[in-house]
Amino acid sequence: MTTHTLQFSAVGKVYNAKPALKNVSLNVQEGSITLLVGHNGAGKTTMMKLLLGLIRPTSGEVRVLGHDPAGADGINARIHLGFLPETVSFQPAMTGLDALRFYARLKRADVRANWELLEKVGLQDAAHLRIKTYSKGMRQRLGLAQAMLGSPQVLLLDEPTTGLDPALRRRFYDMLSALKNAGTTILLSSHALSELETRIDKVVIMDQGQRVASGTLADLRQRANIPIRLRLHTQSGAANGVVERLAGIDLNMVNGRTVEFSCAAKDKMALLRRISEVGGAVEDVDIERPSLDQLYAYYRNEGEDQ
Amino acid sequence: MRAILIIAGQEIRDGFRNRWIVALTGVLSVFALSLTLLGSAPTGNVGVSALLVSVVSLSSLSIFLLPLIGLMLSYDSIVGDIERGSMLLLLSYPLTRFQVLAGKFLGHISILSFATVIGYGLAGVVAMVQGAGADEQAVGAFMTMVGSSIVLGGAFLALGYLISAAVRERATAGGLAIGLWLLFVLIYDMALLALLVAEGEAIGQGLFQVLLLANPADAYRLFNLSDLDGVAALSGTVGMMAEAEFSLGSLVVAQLAWVVVPLALATVLFKRKDI
Repeated sequence: MTTHTLQFSAVGKVYNAKPALKNVSLNVQEGSITLLVGHNGAGKTTMMKLLLGLIRPTSGEVRVLGHDPAGADGINARIHLGFLPETVSFQPAMTGLDALRFYARLKRADVRANWELLEKVGLQDAAHLRIKTYSKGMRQRLGLAQAMLGSPQVLLLDEPTTGLDPALRRRFYDMLSALKNAGTTILLSSHALSELETRIDKVVIMDQGQRVASGTLADLRQRANIPIRLRLHTQSGAANGVVERLAGIDLNMVNGRTVEFSCAAKDKMALLRRISEVGGAVEDVDIERPSLDQLYAYYRNEGEDQ
Repeated sequence: MRAILIIAGQEIRDGFRNRWIVALTGVLSVFALSLTLLGSAPTGNVGVSALLVSVVSLSSLSIFLLPLIGLMLSYDSIVGDIERGSMLLLLSYPLTRFQVLAGKFLGHISILSFATVIGYGLAGVVAMVQGAGADEQAVGAFMTMVGSSIVLGGAFLALGYLISAAVRERATAGGLAIGLWLLFVLIYDMALLALLVAEGEAIGQGLFQVLLLANPADAYRLFNLSDLDGVAALSGTVGMMAEAEFSLGSLVVAQLAWVVVPLALATVLFKRKDI
């Protein structure tokens, strides 16, 4: 039997008489990275709050490592959780190191590991500065450091990359992979979809409190069946000739040296063989698979059609 | 308990960092010292202990200042942390909401106690020096006054948390805190007096007693001004208070109840709150 670290069973949540989550079921397996995708208000933050036991489900059941997070033994679940809120807020008069010490003690984590954590997020030079002097990105990094206190089994990260520059984002993604390899279960929500594509095991697409699709990226691509785009770079002037030889294929555009086709995912290999038969006129081929952003848009629209 | 102490320690450190502790101690010291110095002038030849005089004047000061300090420390501490987002982070840690509230209370009451003991203690020492020593009874009365002042502050801390747990916005909490202070410290006694004038004997003794204890500031006043021998004679406590006979025990219970009950209600409301 597989272990479900995080579990939603037919969960509904009504907030101020408005439904924030509708009948959501989801299992997150140990040691996987799951990405929650959705607009603001789609229910991502509500799901995180439910996992933290900050709010109770109106219907259904939430389990974290087998515990009811909002119940009496919620503490036993939270001790194994690390959480980064969407907008992280610290006491501004504290230094970064002070703040980490406070949270480490609450989590019964070894405070001697704090310095190492600050180095990991690149804050060692600002450790003794007051948090009010920190930039948005530095606060976010301190937020990440506190989430990793005590090496939690589960990390819940709500929009973790806001305010991080590209170099730091890459470092953060590497950190995620390292944590995953160490067995940490990670649930994150993010807008930076394309950057995360290669790192995640499972995507859950949320819209207006409902789960509209979930699965691996490959699954979602297959089910959506969004056409693949192929862009051929030809020798100068050869583009029209190439088009003639590939007659019968869905042509998007053609100009001087490039030809663009689209085809269903299953026809891709057949098409590639035909292109190679064209010979030397084709110098290069770019294959563009539907991105996470496209998939997201597709499943959202599909959800609305129902 | 560990989590409560960590939160309390954090509140106390915050109190030092944002200079709250220094400001409160300064304010209480200045008021207490000036009242003691001014109040000692006319008593010199009456032969009353200067320390007993200061019990009377400082307890009047307590009734105005400590509720205000208590409310200022506490009104923001739940709704404000929720608005700033720091409550979301804090509650994601392995601790209960009761522990958060208890820790805040412990931290705030420590700050308030520190300021009161230092401020009033200074005034008491000055009074003793001026009055050439003091008898044991006066020292006892003074220490009881300081202790019950802290309890009075604690009652308004608790009321502040109750406000803070009940409302959705900081501004509402601030407004309610000011309103509560005005009600209990200024308006209540006037209204009670007006009722007494209008109805006279028609209000039963029992109801009148209940109405007096229904205000933490009055419970404090009764405890300090009418129940301590010597102080009662000095304070000239208004007739309406002298008339209502209370046992010392009931006054202590009333004061403590004003801490415990609002704190319990605040815990219940805080637990129900969606963060």
